[in-house]
Amino acid sequence: MIYSKIYSKEIMKHFTHPQNVGKMKNYDGLGRAGNLTCGDIMYLYIKVGKNKNRRKIIKDISFETFGCTVAIANTSLLTTIAKGKTLEEALRITKEDLVKEFGQVPLVKIHCSLLAVDALGEAIYDYLSRNEQPISKELRERHQRVERDNKIIKRRHRELVKIEEKLHHNKNK
Amino acid sequence: MTKSGIYLDYAATTPVDPRVLRIMLPYFNKKFGNTMSLHSFGQEAKSALEESREEVASLIGAEPNEIIFTASATESNNLVLKGIAWACRNKGKHIIISSIEHPCIMESAKWLESQGFEITRLKVDKYGLIHPDDVRKAIKKETILVSMIHASNEIGTIQPIKEIGKICRERGVYFHTDATQSFGKIPIEVNSMNIDLLSASSHKMYGPKGAAILFVRKGTKIEPLLHGGGQEAGLRSSTVNVPAIVGMAQACRIAKKEMKDEGRCLTRLSNKLISGVLRKIPGSHLNGHPKKRLPNNANFWFEGVEGESIVVQLDLLGIAVSTGSACSSAKLEPSHVLLAIGLKHEEAHGSLRLTLGRWTKESEINYLLKVLPEVIKNLRKISPFKKSFKF
Repeated sequence: MIYSKIYSKEIMKHFTHPQNVGKMKNYDGLGRAGNLTCGDIMYLYIKVGKNKNRRKIIKDISFETFGCTVAIANTSLLTTIAKGKTLEEALRITKEDLVKEFGQVPLVKIHCSLLAVDALGEAIYDYLSRNEQPISKELRERHQRVERDNKIIKRRHRELVKIEEKLHHNKNK
Repeated sequence: MTKSGIYLDYAATTPVDPRVLRIMLPYFNKKFGNTMSLHSFGQEAKSALEESREEVASLIGAEPNEIIFTASATESNNLVLKGIAWACRNKGKHIIISSIEHPCIMESAKWLESQGFEITRLKVDKYGLIHPDDVRKAIKKETILVSMIHASNEIGTIQPIKEIGKICRERGVYFHTDATQSFGKIPIEVNSMNIDLLSASSHKMYGPKGAAILFVRKGTKIEPLLHGGGQEAGLRSSTVNVPAIVGMAQACRIAKKEMKDEGRCLTRLSNKLISGVLRKIPGSHLNGHPKKRLPNNANFWFEGVEGESIVVQLDLLGIAVSTGSACSSAKLEPSHVLLAIGLKHEEAHGSLRLTLGRWTKESEINYLLKVLPEVIKNLRKISPFKKSFKF
């Protein structure tokens, strides 16, 4: 048996045995995030419950991803980290947290981690807005940015690839 | 056959044929002379070089002195575009290429564009075919070169080179074809096919890396990229890589003898692979032309899954394949070739290229056909896009 030498052991673990896969029935929040250039599209489903301190937590979480090895591994890893966390804690998960878990991530694949974090933010935003709960300014801005990207993906227009790249590029400046 | 080590990526590179390797070995340490030296060591190397030139020339019906040895197909293609552009810039500054060329042509053309040349990139149809009439329409007074890939490195589509060459000949425009993937695999005859310049590489046809050719028809105006000692008729100065060139010549000798049988065998295997995949995997599609394709190429796209993740899954099963799609390489954009044949981004991202070769066994194709449907099925379980599939 030849083992893939392209990615770290942690990435391969989540890729070959992804956790929390699949559509969720009766979810409380759904987050979608994607990147048209690299072609990755992620769906994250959450079910919200309360812990013993009566704080809202992510009781259940699942994902569906169309994308490369690292995209699939990232969404799987994120679900394992986010499960059981309070909504506030979940929103504090960064792409760096995911990259750190994986050890080595190729530079061109770092954005996959951001996508996964974005999808989770979107799922929580979706839950909060469905239930008319207060949404922080930070989360609202994050949502607007992701939604802008998603709109572009939906249009699937070739010329827009360049625009999206520019958007990302300017944001990173 | 074991489950490990099934190589189905011959379009990327091929192993050196043992018959080639054997012939190369003395040229590393026994017949190691510099072809420019006057002494016997040099002359021994020189005659090996000239014999190799004859061997390579005869495979495509060229004259020996029309073959220039280079180090890679990328170098040959750079030499053609930049060398012709420089030599003919007083006649005109217009060059025609297709939209599905290898990056070394695309990028050379882009660079020439930045230097004031005008580049026309011809569209292809859904099979990746260039229409000769489009070439006819695109040629103008200022056109100095038409360069069209012979067979696509990604989708394997074979272009109507003879017809395109005829048009260029009639209009007095140089015609170059990048034959890197077709050389040694399907018959090429530079005279009857109206080819003025042709690039080919050794490591795609069971020769070593580091040797390639540019066929330059006698009388063609072209300037060198490398200036120096004046090797290769002044078109490519550099100490000659004799071991690699001797290897390439031997690879040509073998190809000449075995091309026909090998082609027939590979066509049978790739047809089995193509029909097997399309039959066994719902939502699978063949990229490229169903008939006008290289005998060893199969390129698919699969609905709802991404090519890179298929490559990694197959690698875990010991099968080496490739994807034209983004995520396999440093670049993230999907393949320009797949976009040019009209695939959407997500379709292009779901593509997979399998290329067969001299040592591909039927049992390996059977094994692939056994495991690939499962791999696709499992990846679709993870994918959000599965509604349209029937399992």
